[in-house]
Formats: sequence, C-alpha cells, structure tokens
Amino acid sequence: MSQAARRSIQDMGFEDKASIKEAARPVQQSATRARIEIQGVHKRYVSRKSTFEALRDINLSLGSNEFLTILGPSGCGKSTLLRMVAGLDEPTEGQLLIDGEEIHGPGADRGMVFQGYTLFPWLTVRENIEYGPKLQGMPTLERRSLSNHWLSVIRLEQFAQAYPKQLSGGMKQRVAIARALANRPKVLLMDEPFGALDAQTKQEMQEMLLEVWEREKTTVLFITHDIDEAIFLSQRIVVMGTGPGHLAAEYEVKLPEGRTADVREHPDFLALKRELSHLLKH
Amino acid sequence: MEPGVKKRAPQRLQIYKAIHPQAFLLTAISSFVLLIGVWLLLSTSGVVNPIFLPPPQAVLTELFVQLGSSEYWGHIGISVFRVFSGFALACAIGIPLGILAGTFKYSEAFIEPLMEFIRYMPAVAFIPLIMVWAGIGESSKILLIFIGCFFQLVLMVADLTRRVPHDLLHASFTLGASRWQAIDSVLIKAIRPQLMHTLRLILGWAWTYLVVAELVAVNSGLGYTIMKAQRFLNTEQIFVGLIVIGLLGLITDRIMAYLNKRMFPWA
Repeated sequence: MSQAARRSIQDMGFEDKASIKEAARPVQQSATRARIEIQGVHKRYVSRKSTFEALRDINLSLGSNEFLTILGPSGCGKSTLLRMVAGLDEPTEGQLLIDGEEIHGPGADRGMVFQGYTLFPWLTVRENIEYGPKLQGMPTLERRSLSNHWLSVIRLEQFAQAYPKQLSGGMKQRVAIARALANRPKVLLMDEPFGALDAQTKQEMQEMLLEVWEREKTTVLFITHDIDEAIFLSQRIVVMGTGPGHLAAEYEVKLPEGRTADVREHPDFLALKRELSHLLKH
Repeated sequence: MEPGVKKRAPQRLQIYKAIHPQAFLLTAISSFVLLIGVWLLLSTSGVVNPIFLPPPQAVLTELFVQLGSSEYWGHIGISVFRVFSGFALACAIGIPLGILAGTFKYSEAFIEPLMEFIRYMPAVAFIPLIMVWAGIGESSKILLIFIGCFFQLVLMVADLTRRVPHDLLHASFTLGASRWQAIDSVLIKAIRPQLMHTLRLILGWAWTYLVVAELVAVNSGLGYTIMKAQRFLNTEQIFVGLIVIGLLGLITDRIMAYLNKRMFPWA
C-alpha cells in the first residue's frame, strides 16, 4: 500500500495524490476544531524473547461532529488504536488527546460500543440505557425521560422491561448504542459493532446509526474491515495497513447527507469501493 | 417417496435435548422407586440380615416415631443451627474476601496461595486442634463447619469474580464508572447467580462436616443420634438419621434453586 492517496470521490482523478503525511492531517481542521488527536503513537509488545510492533507512528485527528472510519484488515491494530482512544490500552510512545487534554484511562467522555455484546445482563433495557446517567447522579425523573427518548430513537419502547437475553443480536447493539449516547459522550467509539450481525440486520443498523448521527451530531470514530460499511457511514475513511499497523491512505467521502440504501448504487460509491478493495488487496 | 429412502425417525435420546417437565419428574421419581424396590427385595427376601439392612417399612415406621418426638426435633433444630451458623460465618467472611482476591492481582497473590495451602489440610484433621482451642461446646462444631467451607468458598468466589467478562467492566468504565463503582455495579452484580450456585454446593459440604463434628464428643444433633443408634445396633434409626439429613439438604437446596430463579430471572 505504498501509493497513499487522499481524495474526495466527487473529484476523483482530478486531484493530485498526496503523501501519507499530508493524508494524516485532518481534512476539516479549518472548519471544526479537533476533538481527538493521535500524535506519533507507537505500540510495541515486548516479551523476553522478541518484540512485536503492532502500531507504527500513527497520526490522526478527529474533528467535532465528524464521522470517521478506520478501515483495515484484521490484525492491523485498528482495535488497539481505538482502545487507546478509549483509555483501555496505553501507547508505548506518543500521545492521545481529547479536547487538548491527554487521555489517561477510560472516562465518560468517550463512550464505546464493543464488538461483542456488553449489555449488563442483570439490567433491563431501560436500566442499561440509564446506567451511565445514574452513575452521574441524574435524578430519577430526568433519567426516565432520557431513557424514553432513547428507547424511541432505537425503536425498542416495547422492550423497555426486557432483559438482554430476550433480545436479538441487532437489538442488543441498538441498546448498546443508546446506552453509550444517553451518557452524552464527546466521542462515540465503535469497534466493529455490527460485525456479528447478518447482512440484512447490519444494513438496518447502519441506517439507524446514520439517522442518529445526523440528528444528534455526535462525533464518531468507527472501526471496521467492511468496505461497504465504511463508505456508507463515513465522512472520512482512513485505511490502515498491516505489518506493523500504519495509516496507509485517507479518503473523504462526499456522498450526500441523509444517505439511504440506494446510495450503494451511486457511481461515486462504487468507484470508491473499487479503489478501496484494490487498496486492501495489497 | 423414493424407494430405499427411509425417513429417519427423530431419536429419543438427543444430547442436551430438553424434555417435558413432567417426564423429568417421572424419571426422577422412578430412580427413587427403583432404589426402594431393590432395598425392599434385599431386606424382605432374607438375603441380607435385617440387622444390617432393615426393611423400608420398618425404617418408615421408625421415621414417624422419631418425628413424633419433640426430642428428635430438638436434635434436628440444633443440627440446623450449627450448619447455618458455620455456613453463614464462612459466607460473611469468605464472599468479600473471595471478591477481593478475584478483583486485584495483589490481593490474589496475598490471599489465594495461602488458601490453596490450607485447603489441602483435611478439615477433619483439625478436630483435635479445634477441641483444644474451642472445647466441646457449640463453637467447636461451628468452627469445624467454618473451616470445611471457608477456604473452598474464598477460592471459588475469587474464580467467579475473575471470570466476569472483561468487556462488561470496560463498558462500565467508558460509561464513567470509577473502580469502586465498577466493582459494586458490575462485578458483584454479575457473579450473583453463579454465587448462589456455589453456595448451594458449599452448603452440601457444610452438612457433611456437621455430621463429622457431631460424631465426636456431643450429646445432641442428628450425627449424635446416628452414633447412639450404632451403639445399640439400631440400624432403623441410623437410616432415619441419614434420610432426615438427606431431606433437609434436599429441601434447602430446592429452596435456594427456587430463589435463584426468582431473584435472577435475567441469568
């Protein structure tokens, strides 16, 4: 993946290819201030016998209200990078900032939706959504109306009193998204949240997520190895390569807002998909 | 249907396949019936001397005789008291200690190897020591039951705590939980159904240690009635003691299983 590229797909082919360094600079820095900054991050696992380099010199900024996807094959370290932003993992070198402050450990400002199912099985759907606000000491009535709002957003009002074990995989992830967003994080981190779902459910979830993102204008950092998913959801895609994990290319996705399933037929969508498939094959 | 193609009948005994609750109950009852049947056959046919194996009807009669006496209920009462005191004491100290050992690596290092070491010392071998320490009063029986349960309980609770999915903990952190909030609102909550299961198991052992405790230097309790009956070769009464202990165990176990279902419908 030597030929790093940065382009918007609307004017694809008219813009010059840029270097990796330039690619790593945020596209919209002038428009919105950076929420998350990843600066010169390396990750090495050192054992007595050998050293494994998982991530090499990652530089990336995520703007406010941006939907950024990190796209990469399995084993490229994208999940590790996301966990560092969440504060669940530490970089060996370099630093990560949120609103200019260095990240140390996890916190309520960075909500996360995990790949596996992480709803608290002993809490009902409503209680799961209210978990974060309850910890912050939000009064019961306020909490109730907040969870009502999110139950309606994810269209699971009739499941308010259900326990997670009674929900399908897609429903569980919907609740997980609502639980994270009800806590009003500055950034929503999503680690292949739809990876375990069937194709149909996956598409429904993507549409719902976009709807929520457009309405709530949250900042999202999304991880996936699914090219379609990355293009459909994102404003910007950062492609990662393996051995060791590094940023290989960056693309701006200039598809219209309010995307629906039809956008998958859009020539720009298909062109970008072709290019990304090509890139990931190498 | 094509010739030669045989329709396969579903197998009756499928691995893990659920069966109707009534079928389950009937099958369970049949094993009891079988046991009693074999017993009846052996004791009435004269193959076995009734001094060694009294017929079931004799045992049943003896059971009602004993249950009709207030003295026997006194024995039952004191035994139940000892079991639950020892068990409750083991839980009160063992559960928090186990959670602590399962939560932090330092506490694991401090607590677990020591517990593993003591665990291998047979509780029964403590009896002489206990009698020196606590005499032959109530506290010695309770102490033996405590020793029999406590060390195992700590290790099992620690293991349960460690096996809580780490992502649940991480999820709570990303939702703003502090360390102590995570322990309180995730770890402790998550282990409850399994903990109940562990307690059922441990309570079974408590009954075992009770009888051991009551076989030595006591003059009350179900274990004592068994010992006394042996002295007079009253095998009926030995059987009654065994059956009563079995029934008490079964009843408490069923109650706990029921509570588990009621309290943790989400599990």
